[in-house]
Amino acid sequence: MSDTKRYVRPYGDTTGDGMIQTSFTLPIPCGPKADGAALQLANKMGMDPAMVVHSNPIGDDFTFFVVYGSVKHLVDLDEVKVVEREYPLLTPAEVNTALKKTLRRKLVVVGGCIGTDAHTVGIDAILNIKGFAGEKGLEYYRELKVVNLGAQVSVPELVRSARTEKADAVLISQVVTQRDAHILNTQEMSAAFREAMGDRRPLLVAGGPRFDPLMAGELGVDRVFSRGTTPGEVASYLVHAMQAKKGVAA
Amino acid sequence: MALLGLDPKVVATARTLAARAAEPVVSLAKAHTTVAVERATLRLAGITGADSTHRAGDVPWVNRVIDTVREQCGLEHGVVLPAFHALRENDIGSLTELAEATAAGQVQFKIPTGKDLTAARKASTSAVSKGLRTVDRNRVQRDKLVAKWGDPAQRPWIYLIVATGDIDEDVVQAQNAARAGADVIAVIRSTGQSLLDYVPEGATHHGFAGTYATQENFRIMRAALDDVSKEVGRYVRLTNYASGLCMPEIAVLAGLQRLDMMLNDSMYGILFRDINPIRTFVDQRFSRQVHARAGIIINTGEDNYLTTADAVDAAHTVTVSQLLNEHFAHEAGLPDPLLGLGHAFEINPKVPDSFRLELAHALLARELFPDAPLKWMPPTKHMTGDVFDGYLLDGFFNLAGVLTGQSILLVGMMTEAVVTPFLSDRDLALKNVRYVLNAAGSLAEDFRPAPDGLIVKRAHQVLGEAVDLLERIVDDGLLNAIADGTFGLMKRPADKGKGADGVVEKAPEYFNPASEMLEAAQ
Repeated sequence: MSDTKRYVRPYGDTTGDGMIQTSFTLPIPCGPKADGAALQLANKMGMDPAMVVHSNPIGDDFTFFVVYGSVKHLVDLDEVKVVEREYPLLTPAEVNTALKKTLRRKLVVVGGCIGTDAHTVGIDAILNIKGFAGEKGLEYYRELKVVNLGAQVSVPELVRSARTEKADAVLISQVVTQRDAHILNTQEMSAAFREAMGDRRPLLVAGGPRFDPLMAGELGVDRVFSRGTTPGEVASYLVHAMQAKKGVAA
Repeated sequence: MALLGLDPKVVATARTLAARAAEPVVSLAKAHTTVAVERATLRLAGITGADSTHRAGDVPWVNRVIDTVREQCGLEHGVVLPAFHALRENDIGSLTELAEATAAGQVQFKIPTGKDLTAARKASTSAVSKGLRTVDRNRVQRDKLVAKWGDPAQRPWIYLIVATGDIDEDVVQAQNAARAGADVIAVIRSTGQSLLDYVPEGATHHGFAGTYATQENFRIMRAALDDVSKEVGRYVRLTNYASGLCMPEIAVLAGLQRLDMMLNDSMYGILFRDINPIRTFVDQRFSRQVHARAGIIINTGEDNYLTTADAVDAAHTVTVSQLLNEHFAHEAGLPDPLLGLGHAFEINPKVPDSFRLELAHALLARELFPDAPLKWMPPTKHMTGDVFDGYLLDGFFNLAGVLTGQSILLVGMMTEAVVTPFLSDRDLALKNVRYVLNAAGSLAEDFRPAPDGLIVKRAHQVLGEAVDLLERIVDDGLLNAIADGTFGLMKRPADKGKGADGVVEKAPEYFNPASEMLEAAQ
């Protein structure tokens, strides 16, 4: 695409026709009134003219529509701002290859829920091979050695395990947020690692639905992941962080 | 009619090897009990409810009792002897009251001897029999309702998943799905429930990507499906998950609430949830005995292997797992008609002849297990988010199901791995199934793969590889094979994994009336 093009519209079969197709369901019985309602919605979505090319009932109370039409909107490419992740998302195979190249051994990940938190939903979604959102967990990655300590792991226990396993990265999950337990627990954890291992401490990663990714500094960890994070994102980050570490060392 | 010309001698060898591989594990399962088996037994004996004052939130009473008994006198003798002795000694009316007294620290448990022992045996046997009678009555009731409302008009049965997290919403979705043609409704569980070492209580409304399996949720959904069964004129079956750390307890709750099918794999928890192997095999055996008693069809989880390993390279591991699951199920008393062995349509669509290979694998399962209600699972791994592509792939999956005579067809969703299905996604997916079933009709009658063609050759090859792998497993030992990462690429040592501390070796005087009655019935 040439750089000079600033405004674009959807392409059906002719440049500039603005044609799109969409489908949706409205919670009303099928009939002329329903088709009219679908047309109104399409118009409000910016489709003009719009054609309800198909409608059928789903049970007595719902109607499904397929709508084609031209949208009036223009896309201004100058206004498109993309948040760039500072690392690329890698497939499991790419993660394995990259780790093999960078480390020449398996990367060791120790994970668990610290404090009294018994909700392993988060850590298991990331670590268990079963995974989350259609992605396999970190156990699935051949070049990762995963030690999942489970729930209610004490900080000294975590530090001990990280040391015995020679962990490259420690992942902790916090779901319970009563009285800011998730923040205090995580700070206690990062302080313990600093004290026990100093600069040689493993990479510290905290995850949980109530964490803000901007809190890493305040928590004393390297990275914070929030709601909806998938195992692939975590694995890709680990690769990125390891490469960065090696780069600095070299 | 056999289309693959499988050599009966090779098939018999495969079964003998599976039995030999399973044998040491069965002995191990017989020699141990677990906290979950003991809790399941007490649930059969009538304990219900939860301690809502506990600081960790609702803790089921049954967990309080088991934990205290274990602390005070161990579980080597089983929980019923100390529990029923304490009932009589303290003159307490019910197990639930006993649990309350236990929580208050008023009960001291001990193993009874002499006359006390005889009394505890008698009382516990009578209480557990009562629970088993409820299970039996539910089985009779299911048969009656099936006779009255009828089975689905066609095979395969159409199996649809609902999962909103809120049991009340699930009811709406499930009833609508039944009206749109679903024959089996599965309520998927909340993420992470398999790793809870207790069964939550009551009706629940806040699950993570699924709804908690609880006795009350089971009751609500079964009642709702009875209503809609009457309306649509066929018995709509209900499925849930007897897997994870509470496998035996959930099996009991399913029997008590007339569920019809349960996901119940012999190795899934070990491989995909990192649950201790011994714990899994002990729990699995008891839960399968309960399912046999309740007339519940089990669904095994072979489809999962193909989501982690390549569906062509690892095809034989599916066959091996099916043969192992079959043996463990038979050993626990489940007959073939209750054996919903699993397999899946997961070959990369870019592989040349992928559809022919799928047919070969599906037909192999069909002919190896002619009397089992095979469960045919749709593509998930190669669903990309392009819903149009996915819809086509699901159509081919449906066609393979009809052509190879699969028994239970899990409806594929083109939105797999994108969003939880919209109402319209489910409707379109069911339309896809109905179209293929109707258009293909009895096409299976005309389907005769060439005797020297790719389909037949491939099926023979997979069976051969399965026999080779079974030989290695027999030599190595099943537990070692699991520890070495033979299945689904996961390495799971026998002494590691979640729930290992809940395994207890039985004392010679171990007593469990549920086990005795379930074994005797076999």
